[in-house]
Amino acid sequence: MPSLADVFAQALNGLSYGVLLFLLSVGLTLIFGMLDVVNLAHGSFYMLGAYAGLALIGATGNFWLALVLAPIAVGLVGAVAERACLRPLYRRPPLDQVLLTFGFIYLFEDVVKWIWGGRIRSIPGPAIFAGSVNVLGVPFPSYRLFVIVFGLAMAVALWLLIERTRLGSIIRAGVFDAEMTAGLGINIHRVFTGVFAFGAALAGLSGVIAGPIQSAYPAMGGEILIRTLIVVVVGGLGSLKGSLVGSLIIGQAETFGKAWLPDAAMLMIYVVMALIVLLRPQGLFGRPLK
Amino acid sequence: MDGLTRRSFLTGAAAAGAGIAVGPWVLRSHAQGGPVKIGLVLPYTGVYAVLGESITQAMELVFARENWTVAGRKIEMIKEDDEMKPPVGIRKTEKLIDSDKVDILTGPVHSGILLGMRDKVHNSKTILIVSNAGANEISRDKCSHWIFRTSFSNWQPNFPMGPWVAKNMAKEAYIVAPNYAAGRDQLGAFKESFVPAGGKIVAEDYPKLGETDYAPHLTKIKQSGAKLVYAFFSGTDAVNFVKQYDQFGLKGTVKLAGAGFLTEPDVLPAQGNSALGIITGHFYTSLLDNPTNVKFRKEFQEKFKKDTDGFACQGYDTAEVIVRALKTVKGNTQDKDKLVETIAKVEFDSPRGKFRFDPKTHNVIQPFVYIREVKEVAGGLNNVPIDKVADVRDPGTGCTLPA
Repeated sequence: MPSLADVFAQALNGLSYGVLLFLLSVGLTLIFGMLDVVNLAHGSFYMLGAYAGLALIGATGNFWLALVLAPIAVGLVGAVAERACLRPLYRRPPLDQVLLTFGFIYLFEDVVKWIWGGRIRSIPGPAIFAGSVNVLGVPFPSYRLFVIVFGLAMAVALWLLIERTRLGSIIRAGVFDAEMTAGLGINIHRVFTGVFAFGAALAGLSGVIAGPIQSAYPAMGGEILIRTLIVVVVGGLGSLKGSLVGSLIIGQAETFGKAWLPDAAMLMIYVVMALIVLLRPQGLFGRPLK
Repeated sequence: MDGLTRRSFLTGAAAAGAGIAVGPWVLRSHAQGGPVKIGLVLPYTGVYAVLGESITQAMELVFARENWTVAGRKIEMIKEDDEMKPPVGIRKTEKLIDSDKVDILTGPVHSGILLGMRDKVHNSKTILIVSNAGANEISRDKCSHWIFRTSFSNWQPNFPMGPWVAKNMAKEAYIVAPNYAAGRDQLGAFKESFVPAGGKIVAEDYPKLGETDYAPHLTKIKQSGAKLVYAFFSGTDAVNFVKQYDQFGLKGTVKLAGAGFLTEPDVLPAQGNSALGIITGHFYTSLLDNPTNVKFRKEFQEKFKKDTDGFACQGYDTAEVIVRALKTVKGNTQDKDKLVETIAKVEFDSPRGKFRFDPKTHNVIQPFVYIREVKEVAGGLNNVPIDKVADVRDPGTGCTLPA
């Protein structure tokens, strides 16, 4: 029988993992909700973030600077990708757009291999979070504690941005009905580019955050993309709240699955997803399906 | 769109036409002693691309030494990327055997691909020299007259570790490996010798292959109170496991040992100081001071700007076996039985020591399995040999090759 300390320790693990999933899925869900594009390259932006972080830490020796600059760099890549490649395809069937983002996966992977090689590269974390701390008697890596606090702070900041600012209401309107929003005199194309770039930047940010935990390697985006898609389905398309709650649920489900039923850990998250979709086909906080 | 389709159709048709035109010429030249075709089925993309690269580079080093000509015949390598996916690897194997008609096949890295290609290779009487995949079955009930292995069986690096760990490290072990055939093979071999040596397995855990976050597994290790962890991980898994092991504060309190892949030079730089003190068993380390290895390491480093590892040694030996066997049969690859017989008898000084196949299984007899400790030496971290076990051969249970 697992003790209370066991449960608590695993819940902390699940929380730090869930927060990482949140940073990734929030960008994906916004892009999805707004542009109606399943951006399969979202995992690649995560990978680009990790490598941009690696390069910036190498050049400046400062993790915090990388944490700020790498997402901006990835956001710019996202903006160019949307403007130059995705926009001409909006009038085409959705499958063409999905295919394009699928192509980006290979493109970005090759570019990264070309610059950094195929070997796994370690990303040094900030020195002040090198050790571990006691959380209610459970020793826990302090960097992961930082990830939890940082992720939750980001959730609050994003909520304020989307619910409390004019920009946020434009984004919400765009997610609800892009055509109508354009009809109200908003330059929806610019908003599309902005949201895509912002989503990519958030993916890049999670890449930098994840770097000290799981290092950087060209194929790192593929695995996490699937979890992120599951989170979006569970939370509901285009919903910030859904993305947060979905991430925390999937984070805990997978962590406890790995701890107690290692053979069925992946099954566990699919079961959770299936149950939620059965009860609420639109996801926890999605709009009812028409 | 239409134009593009038409154009690509035309290109395809032209290529097909060229193929038909060239076909008979290829056949003729083959009969007259054209190039010896060596097919490689290895991962060149994805997580294990680095392994495929090391194996290929070391083979190229050996063939370049021979000016790409052996017994008057050119050596031609045909590389196919198996993407570490069994269906892809099997399709590429069929392509190399059926349409390229290779004389000798080598690869793969993934045990699943090896088991999948085994029947095709055996039934088509193609000579396969396995240059990595360690699936035990290939030296046991699935051994074949046509299949050799220069790398290792999963059993080999682990079995000698059991008694050594029980004697020198701890009598109780928590064992961990990725949840796939090779992971269970590797831990199985350790258990097989650790338990009779007085050791006790406290718990076993099998995380998913390609796991990125080991936190739940590490928390379990910590709370089990185990004094020693024995692990098999490779590639990115090895980096993430070892680094997170350190981050969770286990490094100083719970000793870590395992099969050599855990700390090979493909992962050591990324693991950094988190790897210090890890004890592993392997048939090779770049620090071996025999003359063949010293020369090999120097040339490899000069040409490819990286250190040799077990994978490179496997590539070197595979190419060396091919070169020596071809010289003995004077380039005649038509008499396949003769070639198999010759390969089985090849012996030479390899970077790992005296190389020879076990006639009973066609699997390499490891001259030594070294017990190595990760230490800081000139040039960075490396696996320093601290002990060794001689003549490690797979038991070959169920293999019925003539001894």
